[in-house]
Amino acid sequence: MKGFILSFRSEFYKSRKTLGFWASVMLPLFIGVLLFVGFYTKSEKLVSMPPMMLWLQFAGAILGIMGSLVLPMYIIFIAYSVNSIEHRADTWKTLFNLPIPRWSVYAAKFFYAVFLVFLCLALFVLFTIGFGNLLSIVKPELRFDNFHMEKELAQIYFKLFLSSLGILSIQFLLSLFWADFLKPMGIGFICTIAGVVAASKGWEYSYLFPYAHPMAAISSMLKNNHGDPANQLQIDVFTKDVFVSMAIAVVVFVAGYFIVQRKSVK
Amino acid sequence: MVITTEGLSFTFGKQQVVNSLALQVPEGSIYGFLGPNGAGKTTTIKLLLNLLKPDAGNIHIFEQDIKTNRISILSQIGSLIEQPALYQHLTGRENLLNRALLLQVPTQRVEDMLDLVQLTAAANKKAGQYSLGMKQRLGIALALLADPKLLILDEPTNGLDPNGIIEIRELLKKLVAQHGKTVFISSHLLGEIERMATHVGIINNGAMLFQGSVADLQSISKPLVRVDAENTVDAANLLTRHHINVTEVTDEHLLVPYISKQQMGEINALLNKNGQTVYSISKQQKDLEKLFLDITQSA
Repeated sequence: MKGFILSFRSEFYKSRKTLGFWASVMLPLFIGVLLFVGFYTKSEKLVSMPPMMLWLQFAGAILGIMGSLVLPMYIIFIAYSVNSIEHRADTWKTLFNLPIPRWSVYAAKFFYAVFLVFLCLALFVLFTIGFGNLLSIVKPELRFDNFHMEKELAQIYFKLFLSSLGILSIQFLLSLFWADFLKPMGIGFICTIAGVVAASKGWEYSYLFPYAHPMAAISSMLKNNHGDPANQLQIDVFTKDVFVSMAIAVVVFVAGYFIVQRKSVK
Repeated sequence: MVITTEGLSFTFGKQQVVNSLALQVPEGSIYGFLGPNGAGKTTTIKLLLNLLKPDAGNIHIFEQDIKTNRISILSQIGSLIEQPALYQHLTGRENLLNRALLLQVPTQRVEDMLDLVQLTAAANKKAGQYSLGMKQRLGIALALLADPKLLILDEPTNGLDPNGIIEIRELLKKLVAQHGKTVFISSHLLGEIERMATHVGIINNGAMLFQGSVADLQSISKPLVRVDAENTVDAANLLTRHHINVTEVTDEHLLVPYISKQQMGEINALLNKNGQTVYSISKQQKDLEKLFLDITQSA
């Protein structure tokens, strides 16, 4: 456990000056600012909206692209960036001759990637709420302050986080093996497109395909409330696609551990 | 023995890279691991560090089996394999601090190491901007960071200028003499190893050709006296008449087995006395290629 904590801290120390780490902060900030500016400049068209619709518009604008494009691409990038630090510096050999168990080194790297995804999604929640409330201050005619959906937002993003673990584990393993960015990137990109198509066409087995999970997470997030408008915003976090995503993550993570154990550093 | 291997073998695909290797590295030695490029030196080192799994054979370091005592063995080894592995986007100091974090070494040790390899002035420069020699020195600092009992260095003087080479050599000698370390150092340069090693292992095509102390090696390597003379044929005949064995004669020079400095002086005096013009007379080491031939032929 000590080796894991040391390795995890080292991962942070190594990456804190890289784009891989800062992307996790800059991406939600950038998209948040973009939306803020959009809503600010087009506020006259939005004044008539009830506060709940305003929030749904505001948060939905991000969530719409999140499931289909931003999250899978971001995961492909993060999985690559934590591994490429070692590929570029040729440091696998020094990592694996540290007096630290190999599983600690491997697990710390994996969980650091998971942590970055979590951080990024948590910041999306924070910035969505923050910029929404900021809009109600600088444009009081937009009644963002008359409705609250902090809990629902947190649930949606938590669901997205869980549904991204399957992709992350696969991309992590691909990036561990190939130093060349194009391979994991290319495979990830094709699978993401396939996933989006599968999920958006409502293919019945798309819940088994990890690259369809973020998209499926968005489309399956609302509980079937039988048209009761009072329960319109009940979030269903643990749907079957989320369970499949977590199961794939566990299986690939454990399989990856055995592969790393046997991996020779050439 | 600090390192003992028995029947150590490793293949890449169909190529036998290490072939039934039996290393014996005594404590407190500087063990020079010699061989031409591609002889299997780096592969052997990776086997010793458990980065590669041997196809056959055993490795014992500090009298412990590497298979069952990996962590405790690795915690006492500092290593530098091929070109130093540095995070280019971090400064020299940050590279050391990162490793100090992993090895739980006090940060003061980082400053000491920077000082030792004379990188204090460049400590805040990104490692990617370092010259080859500076990278190599930082790699050595990283290897020494945890104050290991055994240092395994793969061609550590690659890319260093003559001053740098001397500094590293003196540093390694000091570590062994004053701090009781053991150094396992690979090289393809016999001259470099002879200047510091106490023990030598020579490997070619993955197999050990010679292993022993430097004195043992010198008795095999048989240095020569090279004489450049105006008329080498006459000079050779003169020497032969005086029962001095001449092994090679060309238009420019002749070669005689080296025995001692006195013998060199006597040869010089003899040639001069008999009217032979000597341009130069020098002790010449056989190069590694010839040494290999000698060792393989005698084996």
